[in-house]
Amino acid sequence: MPYKISSYFKKSTHSAPLAVFRIGFGLMMLISIIRFWSYGWIEKLYLKPDFHFSYYGFEWIKPIGDWTYLIFIICGLSAFFVALGYKYRLAIITFFLSFTYIELMDKTTYLNHYYFISILSFLMCFLPANAYFSVDAYHRKVQYDRIPKWCIDSIKLLLGIVYFYAGLAKINSDWLFKAMPLKIWLPSKYDLPFIGENLMQQEWFHYAMSWSGMLYDLSIPFLLLYRKTRVIAFLLVVFFHIFTRVLFPIGMFPYIMIIGSLIFFEKDVHLRIIGFIKRGIRFLQPVKVSVEHKVHAMRYQSIILPIIGLFFLIQFLFPFRYLLYPGELFWREEGYRFSWRVMLMEKRGYANFKVVNQKTDEYFYVDNDDFLTAFQQKQMSFQPDFILEYAHFLADHFQAQGHENLAIYVESYVALNGRRSRPYVDPNVNLLTQKRSFKPKTWILPFNDDINGL
Amino acid sequence: MKRWIPLLITILFLQACSDSDDDAVTSSSDDFDRKAMLENWADNRIIPAYEDLNTKLGSMVEAKDDFVNNPNEVNLEALRTAWLDAYKVWQHVEMFSIGRAEQINYAFQMNVYPTNVDDIQNNIQTQNYDLSSVNNHDAVGFPALDYMLYGVGNSKAEVISYYITDANLNLNYLSDLVDRMKSLTQSIVDDWKNGYRDDFVNNTENSATGSINKLANDYIFYYEKGLRANKIGIPAGNFSNEPFPDKVEAYYHGSGSKVLALEGLTAVQEFFNGVAYNSTNDGRGLADYLDALDINATEEALSTAINNQFDDARNAIQPLDDSFADQVQNNNNMMFEAYDQLQLAVVLLKVDMLQALDISVDFVDADGD
Repeated sequence: MPYKISSYFKKSTHSAPLAVFRIGFGLMMLISIIRFWSYGWIEKLYLKPDFHFSYYGFEWIKPIGDWTYLIFIICGLSAFFVALGYKYRLAIITFFLSFTYIELMDKTTYLNHYYFISILSFLMCFLPANAYFSVDAYHRKVQYDRIPKWCIDSIKLLLGIVYFYAGLAKINSDWLFKAMPLKIWLPSKYDLPFIGENLMQQEWFHYAMSWSGMLYDLSIPFLLLYRKTRVIAFLLVVFFHIFTRVLFPIGMFPYIMIIGSLIFFEKDVHLRIIGFIKRGIRFLQPVKVSVEHKVHAMRYQSIILPIIGLFFLIQFLFPFRYLLYPGELFWREEGYRFSWRVMLMEKRGYANFKVVNQKTDEYFYVDNDDFLTAFQQKQMSFQPDFILEYAHFLADHFQAQGHENLAIYVESYVALNGRRSRPYVDPNVNLLTQKRSFKPKTWILPFNDDINGL
Repeated sequence: MKRWIPLLITILFLQACSDSDDDAVTSSSDDFDRKAMLENWADNRIIPAYEDLNTKLGSMVEAKDDFVNNPNEVNLEALRTAWLDAYKVWQHVEMFSIGRAEQINYAFQMNVYPTNVDDIQNNIQTQNYDLSSVNNHDAVGFPALDYMLYGVGNSKAEVISYYITDANLNLNYLSDLVDRMKSLTQSIVDDWKNGYRDDFVNNTENSATGSINKLANDYIFYYEKGLRANKIGIPAGNFSNEPFPDKVEAYYHGSGSKVLALEGLTAVQEFFNGVAYNSTNDGRGLADYLDALDINATEEALSTAINNQFDDARNAIQPLDDSFADQVQNNNNMMFEAYDQLQLAVVLLKVDMLQALDISVDFVDADGD
């Protein structure tokens, strides 16, 4: 067995798939940044709000005023350099750091696919993605058409984890036996051409979508791996992602996944793509760079491999950390993020904060519009870590205004997957007595219903 | 297949860059006819209410003209009555911040209270004012008239003498206020009748700019701010350390605040059920929409729960003093109770109803997972 493992890490493969992946990834990220900027979201999400919700332990990461634009410029430029394969190592590290910084600025904007980009770019920091068809290769006048096989396999593994875990998360009673939340979301797409007024309204269709979505997520990594089903699987990927793109506002993610899935193809496809790009840039009259038919030397492989091993171990285990918490995961959301739980919940809440002077018993309610954007209010209202952080922020704010002996209570209601709204946080707990931590939050009221499954 | 992949990728890139929205196609083959609901709202509720308000404001203009020509007690009384009649109808239209009303910030030009007496007096003295200015939102509309008709003197005789002493200045401002309310309202009625009605009714798509989404958001905004907070919560001191009896609606009138609040709540409930304005004809409304969707068959119908909560709120408001200012000062706990009942419906509307309708609150424009 040890022999097998060490021989696996000595295997090499053609470097074209990784080069194409690098180009697709870089361009997609560049487009994402430009799109994000052009929609005015930098201003709206990071500059306009007075207060930002931080990840526990990352409170020091905040938007930096107008300099925030610079972070996006750096992020976009480094993505472009990644695509070019120009100073690749520096570019991908810069991209990973700037992109992750952006995502850590405010957890209101958390999306699984942003997390995916962060960890994927982390992984790519260790891969020789500039070995072939890159500006770096052009400069060093040599390109290597072989790279260690594990480099490409690691990306396949990460993509596979995303799909497979997303599929596992769909194995729950709300998704499979109540067709929730699709039963809410699909009928509201009544304005789609052709299918909006009929198919989208059919209950059987909601169930069909739920079940096929679950089966798709669980099986697609294997269908992509297996040569005979690969083309069909890729068509499925394209169909599935385009369809979800039509239905839901999910931005660039579907395109990123489609382009990303190309890595499962053999080198012929990628050489053809590279040839296609080469014809496109013929006008630049690039000098031909000689191809060395040997494996791109990787320094520090003995350090890199354990790091990547640890990285994947965390990826395997982290989504299951919710098992350490009591109660219903969907209700309490302890261990919900960073676990590929995508589109599983239609959850909304309402949180009304009460500021009390404990000496005089005088109190007043907070108008959340004074402090939070509509988007922040929406996210805060059903996520307990947001509620707690906001309560402490309010206390700081009102203390600075001269209020004394403060206690802060919240009257909150949450509705989950079509169930009637019910009280969420214990209204008798002074939130200021609670500290942020990873411990179970005792002040969340019980769900009083069951969602069975993984 | 494989040779098509580069082409496919190019197409994807182009599509990713364009992010085009699909055009809405309107037909009515599913269970609930959304266009019919919009027609019911426009034809049986919004337009008739605006027309009624326009008529009432027309009468107010006439009463005002009589008073300007002859500022006596009889004419003052007639003008005051016309004002209150129009103010009651106003409660039925404040929630419709859509179309021209949204463009011109109609509600801000008609009903911002407490009114700012300093601004009003300053406008009168300088005679140099632009009533449409944002700075004058608290010096125009029904609340400014409340002050002009009840606040400038302690008795009718004092009010009249106020208009006789500085006749030109004071009567001018009164006149301008009334005329402006009428002309604003007229422009909105005209807009609905000259094309906007069809735009509104045909815009059935489920997007931030779709009529149902916009009006549902306006409706909840009105309920939460215009009704719950402004009429009850703020005067009772729900948002401050101390109560503000002088922040009630129709403060100078003295006993109008309850009538107006109840009228507002009636408007809210009638709109929810799709009841025609000034009639008992029950057409399609949000309640019917919720019943058609029926996303949770195991619990009591959401429409019933919401109607019951409206009834509870009404029952909590009914025993209050006609003057909320007096109620705040004498027994504020009853104001708090009324507020709490109103508040429970906010949760049902904003959380449960919007979840069932899958409408987002206030166009949160960002990507989802």
